[in-house]
Amino acid sequence: MSLSVSLKHRFDGFALDAAFEAPRGITMLYGRSGSGKTTIVNALAGLLRPDAGRITTEGSVLFDSKTGVDLPPHRRQIGYIFQEGRLFPHLTVRQNLKYGRWFVPKGAPLEDMDRIVDMLGIGALLDRRPGRLSGGEKQRVAIGRALLCSPRLILADEPLAALDDARKEEILPYFERLRDALDIPILYVSHAGSEVARLATTLVVVENGRIARQGDAATLLSDPSVTPFGASAAGVILQARVQAQMEDGITEVTSGGQTLLLPQVPAPIGASVRIRIEAQDVMIATTRPTDISALNILPATVAALRMGEGPGVLVQLKAGENLLLARITRRSATALSLREGTPVYAVLKAVSVPRDAIGDTRHA
Amino acid sequence: MDWLSPTEWNAVALSLRVSFWATVASLPFALIAAHVLARKEFVGKQLFNGIVHLPLILPPVVTGYLLLITFSVQAPVGYALSQIGIVFAFRWTGAALAAAIMAFPLMVRAIRLSIEAVDPKLEEAAATLGASRAWVYLTVTLPMILPGIIAGSILAFAKAMGEFGATITFVSNIPGQTQTLPSAVYAFLQVPGAEKSALKLVVISIIIAMGALLLSEALARRAARRIGTA
Repeated sequence: MSLSVSLKHRFDGFALDAAFEAPRGITMLYGRSGSGKTTIVNALAGLLRPDAGRITTEGSVLFDSKTGVDLPPHRRQIGYIFQEGRLFPHLTVRQNLKYGRWFVPKGAPLEDMDRIVDMLGIGALLDRRPGRLSGGEKQRVAIGRALLCSPRLILADEPLAALDDARKEEILPYFERLRDALDIPILYVSHAGSEVARLATTLVVVENGRIARQGDAATLLSDPSVTPFGASAAGVILQARVQAQMEDGITEVTSGGQTLLLPQVPAPIGASVRIRIEAQDVMIATTRPTDISALNILPATVAALRMGEGPGVLVQLKAGENLLLARITRRSATALSLREGTPVYAVLKAVSVPRDAIGDTRHA
Repeated sequence: MDWLSPTEWNAVALSLRVSFWATVASLPFALIAAHVLARKEFVGKQLFNGIVHLPLILPPVVTGYLLLITFSVQAPVGYALSQIGIVFAFRWTGAALAAAIMAFPLMVRAIRLSIEAVDPKLEEAAATLGASRAWVYLTVTLPMILPGIIAGSILAFAKAMGEFGATITFVSNIPGQTQTLPSAVYAFLQVPGAEKSALKLVVISIIIAMGALLLSEALARRAARRIGTA
């Protein structure tokens, strides 16, 4: 259950030369606009013919320039979720959802329509036409339509980019459910760090038509030499488990053998959650600070230091089994004489875990 | 139908038949021409566009004359067709051909505009969902351009009902054979005392034209509401 891609394509002075693997879960294709992400996705869908390369999914070849295989888009069985939804305006929501089912090859498994409709909460919209739906509703229908065509691969090309923040919040949980429930790879294109932090299982960083880095998202994000979002937006993702909900609105979670206190996380006790901790919200102290408002003070050791070009330093800390990133100034690093192996305390403010970065990962 | 003389009635019936077949027969060609003009880029596209629009800008008599020298039984094309039993000159089929050619540019223009309004991204989306090109056309493109097809067809029908110059030049004005409604009005006006007949046909003409226009508006509005653009 994995997608394997290698592509070479040249147009208008831009050269794409990319190879990557996308296993089960959400593979984030992350990069600036113009880095070649959409070209990759369109080549996967068959909407663009690359100069050379090979695309296989679950062992079947979609494109191979050496053997001349080039399946047309309608025979690739790919569920493509477009940025603008692209629902058919002349069909009802129900007809839009069923559109792909007419063309599912005989013998291929059919998704249960009622289950998808329930999961996306679009039961009340079935008889409406897309023209009368809100942006968020349209995108939920577009997700359903892509799932119901019995795809071997889901492509999502910046599916949230056209939505405002509230609508993004409405859609993100559905992608989390897909990530945890589907057996097929999901390739998700984004240039938003928050989406990467919340959704990515695998991260593929695209820069100027090349793959700069690829690998497990949590590992890459905690590596100070990567910082795909730039040092100012660096941060890590931690898996945590809810332990207790306290009366004063604080949720206690454990992660990597350590206890963290977060502002209320709307999840039941025992639930697994993803939390994001930004490097700029982590302070470093060499002695345990007392009389401080921060709730979370974790003993840690310095694992790596990366000097930037400016006055900043990115410090990787090992706290329990977790890796954290802290962004401090070069002056502080010198004053504290930090080097690899220095025992320190990582100070994170409870409020430094923003609500929108708390992802709910229900395991089905 | 006492209130219409046989000649008058013949003219009305013939015009309806000529216009109906002119519209139906030119629709497939108009769809293809509109598609080519809206979506394809090729050398000589402007020339093709010019030829499609020629009947709109040429004097109808000239179009009629060109049809006559092409399709008369003495001309090579007309002779060849007559050998397989197809004759246009001085037959009602010739009137239908003349009407179809005169109405063709109007039909193409209406359909072309509606094709240009279809977002090719929707057709791409349909392809990714498993629809082959033929299915994409039938299930996405065609329903979305339906208002344009309806508007173009009714416009073409109305134009065919009123076509006079090319028809009379190509197939003459033979009562019961090629005497369409406008030709009959013209003939009645040449005969002293037949103004009443002419007036009846004029009224029928106005009713059909207005009816077609209202029908076209209503259908196009309904189709547009269906696809959510109104």
